[in-house]
Amino acid sequence: MNGIVVYSELEETALGLLTKGRELASELNKPLSVALLGEQAGDRAENTFGYGATQAFIADSPALTPFQASTYAAALKQIMTHAEADIILIGSTRRGRELAPRLAQKLSAGCVTDAISLSVEDNRLIVERRALGGNTVSAKVITSQQQVVAVMPKLYDAEPMTGGAGEVIPVSLELQGPTTKVLERRPKEVGIGNLEEADVLVCIGRGLNDKGDLSLIQPLVDSVGGMLGCTRPISHEYHWLTEDQMVGLSGKESSPNLYLAIGISGQIQHTVGVMNAKVIVAINNDKNAPIFKIADYGIVGDLYQVVPKLTEKLQSEFGQ
Amino acid sequence: MNIIVCMKQVIDLEQIRIKPNTREPVTKGLPLLFGDFEKCALEEAVRIQEKHGGKVTALAVGSPKLKDTIKEALAIGADEAIILTDPMFNDSDAMGSARVIAKAIHKIGEYDLILLGDSSADEYSGEIPPRIAELLDLPQVGFARELEILEGNDQGTNTKTIRAVRDLEDALEVVELDLPAVVGVTSELNTPRLAPLSAILKAGRKPLNEWGPEDIGITADEVGANASVVEVLSNLAPVQDRKEIIYEDVEEGVAEVVKALLQEGVLTQ
Repeated sequence: MNGIVVYSELEETALGLLTKGRELASELNKPLSVALLGEQAGDRAENTFGYGATQAFIADSPALTPFQASTYAAALKQIMTHAEADIILIGSTRRGRELAPRLAQKLSAGCVTDAISLSVEDNRLIVERRALGGNTVSAKVITSQQQVVAVMPKLYDAEPMTGGAGEVIPVSLELQGPTTKVLERRPKEVGIGNLEEADVLVCIGRGLNDKGDLSLIQPLVDSVGGMLGCTRPISHEYHWLTEDQMVGLSGKESSPNLYLAIGISGQIQHTVGVMNAKVIVAINNDKNAPIFKIADYGIVGDLYQVVPKLTEKLQSEFGQ
Repeated sequence: MNIIVCMKQVIDLEQIRIKPNTREPVTKGLPLLFGDFEKCALEEAVRIQEKHGGKVTALAVGSPKLKDTIKEALAIGADEAIILTDPMFNDSDAMGSARVIAKAIHKIGEYDLILLGDSSADEYSGEIPPRIAELLDLPQVGFARELEILEGNDQGTNTKTIRAVRDLEDALEVVELDLPAVVGVTSELNTPRLAPLSAILKAGRKPLNEWGPEDIGITADEVGANASVVEVLSNLAPVQDRKEIIYEDVEEGVAEVVKALLQEGVLTQ
């Protein structure tokens, strides 16, 4: 067995994984292929060759709808056999997180989910992920014959290569139909868009007393042309902001130029989402709050006093 | 409805200290507790039992300290607990732990539903629910934030199904599947109750069983450090080189911070 297969239900993520996969494939001296499942799998195949796939395994089956982890795991296991692959890279979306460990168990293989870095050392694939609730990053090597790695979905940008050609290989799958019924799909309320791409990110935490006080925060956000995010309680318990605005281990990760924490104590589950910010500024009334330990600049004070003053100062500097 | 709730004790993550020189985490001696997701799984099991009857069994693999930790589960409402603390299970990877849990569930035998936290608070890998579902050949639902049990009758046979709302990135997906099934839950599911003192006192009298490798029929080549197929090369806190310039005077702080941000070039005029 010697080959890397890439799979994600999101095309952009699959192309990003192929982009990174090109580098890994060349360092590990393995062929790189892609698995495409479902309707129009064939139509999507040609495009993947421009991102580094040299084989596209395409398959469709009525059993693939609706999604059931066991069925998708069975499909990918069969494709890995066809591809003679020992490594599979899967997008660590919610679907991917349900799928990857199930596939790994089918293969009696080791698995790493939510990978934040992939590299090759001594001909081994080194996978990094966060551990201990975000306190640490652990580097791991999977030593089973086959390896399942679920990679954070937006970790690698899709970059086309020059040239690139491949072969489309239809695979007929032996699958049992799903027993799960999907009754309904309700789109989620969308907040203000891609926090992952914010240049300036302002987040609020439990220090804010009331939803109405968001009117105090918004002018500050506007004065720096930022985006507004929050800690888990604000979105998931109080519902003051939408759930897609939650930053942290189980939410969004962002690498802004400036991250401004307002009324946030600094629990690791949140701060892990902004560790890569260039500059961190914190406002908190508790001078012992952990947020100040990871801040470049901090102001100890009541946010209800500090925020209007800071907003005014920024507005005067930026003329807004 | 017989429900098995799988629980994992984790160290109190907020008390972890990082050695400044080596960036290693100091985890020794920290208190062990159950994560929020697990508590929600247990709470939901107790609520389902209150409505539909049956039995709730808490199941956990971990260090001998589980004898204490598991009492919280019994106080909250589990009828019985099974703990697996044999040293053979130490340093298992996710596959090893999943094998122990699946074998213990198999030994329990009668169950309609397996509930657990979608991911543990410490590793957040989410590997255990899909792995035990695969080992037991059951369907799974992850990221469940609402659950409803539907009991019916199909030509004289009692049927049990579960309706779950699965929390995806951009949508909520309402799914229905026949029991038994493995369901991983998130903390939106409910607000776990605090055990009243009387329940804490009574918890000591509820059955607490300890099972070893022979009880569940597992051998050292399936579990523990030797069976692990994931090698940890390092586990260190990322380098954080922050300035930590903190102002305790608000007026000064506002002026200096704005000046600094302009100098840093992170805001442009």
